[in-house]
Amino acid sequence: MSTIRVESLRHVYSANTPFEKVAIDNIDLTIGHGELVAIIGHTGSGKSTFIQHLNALLQPSSGTVFVDDADINADKISRRDVKRKVGLVFQYPEYQLFEETVYKDIAFGPENMKLSKEEVDQRVREAARFVGVDEELFESSPLELSGGQKRRVAIAGVIAMRPGVLILDEPTAGLDPAGCRQILDNICRYREESGSTVIIVSHNMDDVARIAERVIVFNEGGIAMDGSPNQIFCQPRKLMDMGLNVPHSSLIALELEKLGFPVSCPCYTPQQLKAAILAEKEAGIC
Amino acid sequence: MSIIKFEKVSYSYPGDELPSLCGIDLSIEKGQFVAVLGHNGSGKSTLAKHMNAILVPDEGRVLINGVDTADENRVLDIRRNVGMVFQNPDNQIVANVVEDDVAFAPENLGVAPEEIRRRVDAALKQVGMYELREHAPHLLSGGQKQRVAIAGVIAMEPEIIVLDEPTAMLDPMGREEVISTVTRLCREKGMTVVLITHHMDECVNADRLVVMSNGHIVADGAPAQVFSQVELMESEGLDVPDTTRLLYELKKEGVELSLEALSPADCAEEIMKMLRG
Amino acid sequence: MLKDITLGQFFPGNTIVHRLDARTKLILVVVYIAALFQATGWISYLAVTAATFSCMYLSRIHPKNMFRGLKPMIFIIVLTAVLNIFYTTGTPVLPGWPITWEGIERAVQMILRIILLITGTFLLTYTTSPIALTDGLEKLFNPLKKIKLPVHEMTIMMSMALRFIPTLIEETDKIMSAQKARGADFETGNLIQRAKAMLPILVPLFVSAFRRADELAVAMESRCYHGGEGRTRMKMLKMQFRDWAALVIGVGFLAMMIVMKKFGL
Repeated sequence: MSTIRVESLRHVYSANTPFEKVAIDNIDLTIGHGELVAIIGHTGSGKSTFIQHLNALLQPSSGTVFVDDADINADKISRRDVKRKVGLVFQYPEYQLFEETVYKDIAFGPENMKLSKEEVDQRVREAARFVGVDEELFESSPLELSGGQKRRVAIAGVIAMRPGVLILDEPTAGLDPAGCRQILDNICRYREESGSTVIIVSHNMDDVARIAERVIVFNEGGIAMDGSPNQIFCQPRKLMDMGLNVPHSSLIALELEKLGFPVSCPCYTPQQLKAAILAEKEAGIC
Repeated sequence: MSIIKFEKVSYSYPGDELPSLCGIDLSIEKGQFVAVLGHNGSGKSTLAKHMNAILVPDEGRVLINGVDTADENRVLDIRRNVGMVFQNPDNQIVANVVEDDVAFAPENLGVAPEEIRRRVDAALKQVGMYELREHAPHLLSGGQKQRVAIAGVIAMEPEIIVLDEPTAMLDPMGREEVISTVTRLCREKGMTVVLITHHMDECVNADRLVVMSNGHIVADGAPAQVFSQVELMESEGLDVPDTTRLLYELKKEGVELSLEALSPADCAEEIMKMLRG
Repeated sequence: MLKDITLGQFFPGNTIVHRLDARTKLILVVVYIAALFQATGWISYLAVTAATFSCMYLSRIHPKNMFRGLKPMIFIIVLTAVLNIFYTTGTPVLPGWPITWEGIERAVQMILRIILLITGTFLLTYTTSPIALTDGLEKLFNPLKKIKLPVHEMTIMMSMALRFIPTLIEETDKIMSAQKARGADFETGNLIQRAKAMLPILVPLFVSAFRRADELAVAMESRCYHGGEGRTRMKMLKMQFRDWAALVIGVGFLAMMIVMKKFGL
C-alpha cells in the first residue's frame, strides 16, 4: 500500500519578502507502510507545514515528496490523486462540516472521487462504523451533534476516501478525557482493521507514549529525534530542553532519581513505573 | 461572608429536557483558587455563566458579595466585580490593537480617560503583555491572546475572575502561560479565581476542587483528597493525574502508601518513604 | 492567497499622519477624493500624485504595502483601461486601427485616478486604528443622533466587522485546505460548477461566523457593554493645531485643483 519518502524537503513562507520565514528545512524521512507514527514538537516547529506537504496541499520550495515511489508534485493530476491516497484531518475538523445530513457530509469525499452510488454508500457506512458513528444519526444535521460526535463525523469524512495514509493533526484537541480516549481507540482500531499508515500530530505526550510505535520530534523546522517511544521518552531531559512536555511518569522517575532511586528505562507509563517500583521493593526485601 | 454563594440553584436551558444545574449549593471564600472539573455537558460552564448574571437561576439564587444576580439594577455592579474569560480567545477580543481591547471594559464603565490608561498599563504588565500593547491581536499566539483577555477583565478591577475552559484550545506552552498567570493573580493580588476545566493537571495547584456531573456537585475538597477517590473519578468519566494513578496502582498491589501526593516531587517522596520502609 | 488582502489593516506608527485626529483624516479623504475628481489635465494629475506621495512619505508606510493592497483591484483597473482605449474616439494611432491617442491618454488617466483613489483611502486605514476611525465616524455623525439614527450601534458594528476580517480570512483559508484535502475542486469547471464548489466553504464559514457572533455578544456583555450611553474613551479625540492646519491645507489644495480645472491644466 503506501510508503512515504521525503527527500531534502524545504519550505519557505512569503519567499522574497521582508516576512520570509523558513518553516522546514532539510527534511529526509521515510515512513513505511502500516506504521503508527506520532509527530511531536511545539507550535512553530514546522510539523503542521510538514504534514501539509504529504498530500500536496503545500508545495515544497525545494526537495521532493514521494508516495509509493511517485513524485506527488509531478503534475496537476498527481497532486490531485495524492489527496485520495493521503487523507489529512485538520485540527478542529468539525468546523468543516457543511452538509445538511451526517450521511451527505461523510459522502462528500468519496463523491468527489466520482465513485458509483453503491460504492459511496458502502464507504460511508464503513467509515461511520470505524469512528463509532451510529447509522441512526445519518439523517440528522451535523450541527445538532455533540462536540465529540461532530469530530468523529469529520474524521469519518476523510476515512471514507479509504486513504492508504491517514494523517490527523491534534485529533483530540479540546475534547474531555472520555472523548479523547474514544477518538484514539477509534483511530487505533481503524489502523488495525484497514492496515493503513497512521500519522498523528499531538501535544499530549501521555497519549503518544500510550499508542505510538514510532515518534518523530520536530524542532526549529527540522527533525530533532526519530525513534521508538522507548528511545525518545528515555531521554526526557533532551525533550525538556526543546521546550516539550514529557509524560507524567517520566517526571516522577526523574524525581525518584533525584532522591537516589534511578529507575531504569522504560518508565514513561504508569504501568512501567509501577513494575519498576515493585521490582525495587522486592529486591529491597531480599 | 462568602464572596460567591449558590443557594439551591437549578437551571435548564430553554428546550432542554434535563436540567443543567440541579439544586447546587456552593460557597466560595474570598481569595480562594477554586477549580471546577467535569466532563462535557456536566454543567460546569452553566455554573460559570451564573456567576456574572449571564444566566440567572430558574430556582434558588446566586449571591455575589451578597448581591442577588437576579436583581437587574445591579447587573453592571456584578459584572464589573466578576471578570469572565472564555474558551475561544478569538471570540472575546473586540479591538484590532491589544491596548484598545483591554480598554474596552473600563470604557463601558465610564471610567475617566487618564484612569483607563493607568488601568490598561497596569493590567497589561500584570499578564506580561505590556511590550506587545500596540500589536494586532490576531497575530498573537493562543496563550498571548488569552492573556490579553485576562488583562481585559482585570482592567475592570474585579475581585473575582472566572475562567471558562480558558486552555481548551491552547498548546501546552499556552496552557502553562494562562495557568501561571491566574495562579499569580490569586496568590499575589488576592483575587478569587474560579477555573473551569477538564484538564486535571490544571487543578493540582488549586486550593479547592469541585467535581461536577450531570448538574450535581459530586466531589468537593482539596485536590489531593478529591483525586484520591480514583473509582469515583473514573465512574464520572474523568481521569486522575498520573501521580495519583501510580500510587493507586501500587496500593492495589498491597503496598501501604497515601494517595494524597499530587506533584511528581511529592509522589516520588511518598514512594521513597515506602521503599525505605 | 487570501492572506494578501490588506483591507482594514492598520500599521501602528507615530508619524504626523498617524497622530492626526481621525476626524481630520476622514474629512481630508473626502476633500482628497473631491480634488482628485477635479483633475482633467496632466498637470493637475501630477499635483494629486505628488500630494499622495508626500502623505505616503510622511506616514512612513512602505509603498510595497500600498501595492499589495492594490493587487485585488488589478482586474478592475485593467478592465477600465481596456474599455477606455477602445471606446474613445479621436486620432487613430495607426490608420485603420481602433486605438486612438486620446484613448491611450484617457486610459492612463483612468488608471492613475483609480490607483490614487485607492491609495488615498488606504492611507487612512493604514494610519488610523479602527477604534479611532469608528470613534471619528461616530463623532462626525453625532448630529444625526438627533433624528434617531443609531450612530453608535452602526459604528460599533463597523469596528467589529473590521476586527473580524483577519480572523475570518484565516478561517476561510483553513476551511479551504480542509475541503481540498477531501478532494474538493475549486479551480476547474464552468461558472455554475465553481459557484457550487464554494458551498463547502461558505456554509461552515457562516456557521462559524454566527457562533462567533454569539460568543462575542456574551463576552461583550460580560465586560459591561451596555450600548453607547455613558461610555468613555481611553484615547480621546482632540482637535489640535496640526489638525486645523491640515484641514486648511486640504481645503486650499481642493481650491487650487478647482482653479486648475478652470484653466484646463
